[in-house]
Amino acid sequence: MSEAADLLLEFKDVDTYYGDLHVLKQVNYTIGRGEIVSLLGGNASGKSTTMKTIMGVVRPARGSVVFDGKPIERLATAERVRRGIAPVLEARRLFPRMTVFENLEMGAYTRKRGPEFEQDIERVYALFPRVKERHAQIAGTLSGGEQQMVAIGRALMARPRLICMDEPSMGLAPNFVEQVFATIQEINRQGTTIFMVEQNANMALTVAHRAYVLQTGQVVLSGTAEALRKNPSIREAYLGEMQVTV
Amino acid sequence: MSTFDLLLQQTINGLSLGAMYALLALGFTLVYGILELINFSHFNVFMVGSFVALWTLQALGISGQSVILTGLPLVGVLLAAFAVTMVFSGLLGVAIERISLRPLRNVKGPAAMITTIGVSYILFNIILLTVGADSKNFPNPLPTARFQIGGAILELREILIWVVSLVLMLGLYLFVQKSRLGKAMRATAQDPEAARMMGVEVDRVIITAFFLGSALAGAGGLIFGLYYNFTSFIIGFTAGLRAFTAAVLGGIGNVPGAMIGGVLIGLIETMGGQFIATAWTDVIIFSILVLVLVFKPTGLFGTLTPTKS
Ligand SMILES: Nc1ncnc2c1ncn2[C@@H]1O[C@H](COP(=O)(O)OP(=O)(O)OP(=O)(O)O)[C@@H](O)[C@H]1O
Ligand SMILES: [Mg+2]
Repeated sequence: MSEAADLLLEFKDVDTYYGDLHVLKQVNYTIGRGEIVSLLGGNASGKSTTMKTIMGVVRPARGSVVFDGKPIERLATAERVRRGIAPVLEARRLFPRMTVFENLEMGAYTRKRGPEFEQDIERVYALFPRVKERHAQIAGTLSGGEQQMVAIGRALMARPRLICMDEPSMGLAPNFVEQVFATIQEINRQGTTIFMVEQNANMALTVAHRAYVLQTGQVVLSGTAEALRKNPSIREAYLGEMQVTV
Repeated sequence: MSTFDLLLQQTINGLSLGAMYALLALGFTLVYGILELINFSHFNVFMVGSFVALWTLQALGISGQSVILTGLPLVGVLLAAFAVTMVFSGLLGVAIERISLRPLRNVKGPAAMITTIGVSYILFNIILLTVGADSKNFPNPLPTARFQIGGAILELREILIWVVSLVLMLGLYLFVQKSRLGKAMRATAQDPEAARMMGVEVDRVIITAFFLGSALAGAGGLIFGLYYNFTSFIIGFTAGLRAFTAAVLGGIGNVPGAMIGGVLIGLIETMGGQFIATAWTDVIIFSILVLVLVFKPTGLFGTLTPTKS
């Protein structure tokens, strides 16, 4: 992973603020091409801020965000999307009064309509037959699980190289959570790199290759998923629930 | 005239006024939908639009009520007058956004709204000081063809107003529903941050909303002149407030709602004038505004208004 050519995304000493509030403090991440990397951490630790810093909705005060070998921290959000970064937003954030199909179209906003668009629609429909069934439904009336499928489908419509997911399992029933993670693995197998914020550390460390643990804006732990699963402080802080429920 | 004929006549009149209010209401709704901003400068973009229409007609050799055209020359003059007025008004709206509103984009509170009131007064005074306070005769090149419907009279210009308004509103509706930029407008209205992360350039969406809304206000200004045969620096406030009421009535932010709200306000105005008293028009219209705001703050079709966190 130290080979620069294998890196898709890199945070170099990134500091992000909201006004005076210092949220990300000298944060470093490296995401290799083809990896699934998970970002764990408690509430308000800066996970969503990490995602917003990647998408360019907030700009870092210091440090550099490097995508595909080039600094992107000064680029407009639209340009980042064009270069191949797509989000699956926290709480899904579909356009509630647009149809499912229109939401998918919005995912492909920076791309031309044409045969590739049709292929991508078919790919999403193949991954989520339920989305095809509901393509004409107003997105706000879908169930939470269905909305999550559309949110993931919408990200795929950008043909991204990197998908940034913010808590894809939030608010979903346990059996559906498994399905979402299986889908994430499938998307990754098809060649898309995934950076995924999760509260469900148990599941996240099962599907991810590596993970970072963020605490009040600082990376306090990182390593392979395997190693983190065995780490006693992780077991105590994030996997406690697993020991109770399993 | 029998009561039925009066009803019919006032329906005809109300639909014409309503079409004008609807065109004007769309500008409020488009901008509000995206910026949650009540754009009071819209009142006087409409007023300036009616003067641009007047000058365009004069430049085409149509002045007073004596020049009557038919056939192709008439179509050509009307197309040219609407096109010039709408493009000019649209660009005026874009200029207002660029110069006076964009610098305030991230300022919270009422600063932007107050600015639109200021811009409105600037436009008002520019026209007052350059054109003068007296009303100007607005030329009408249409032949005075009249059709008798029962006891009511339908004039050619009313048919023109309906057709033009319908075409413009249908065009806008299709643009918003079907075009790429129109979809980006709706997405931005529903969730601006998410839209941005899809790659939507929000500034372009805002410019589009101002251009389209202001162009429609310009068309409304031309229709005002054709309907009343005059224009004046003062016309923006009454028509603007009524159109704003129409937008609120239909659920501000909601495009079809603004169209229906506009027509309703037009009908309420003419029916109230006929069956109650013209002097009470504003009392009736604004009582309706207050009642709607009290009992259904999101408007008649309010489920479609923007909801933002
Ligand atoms: N737009 C904003 N303006 C000001 N402060 C913000 C903003 N967004 C987030 N914050 C603050 O930044 C800190 C980090 O927020 P962030 O959303 O990144 O947390 P998180 O790790 O995603 O938490 P959660 O697990 O609850 O989603 C919080 O204290 C939050 O209140
Ligand atoms: Mg979060």
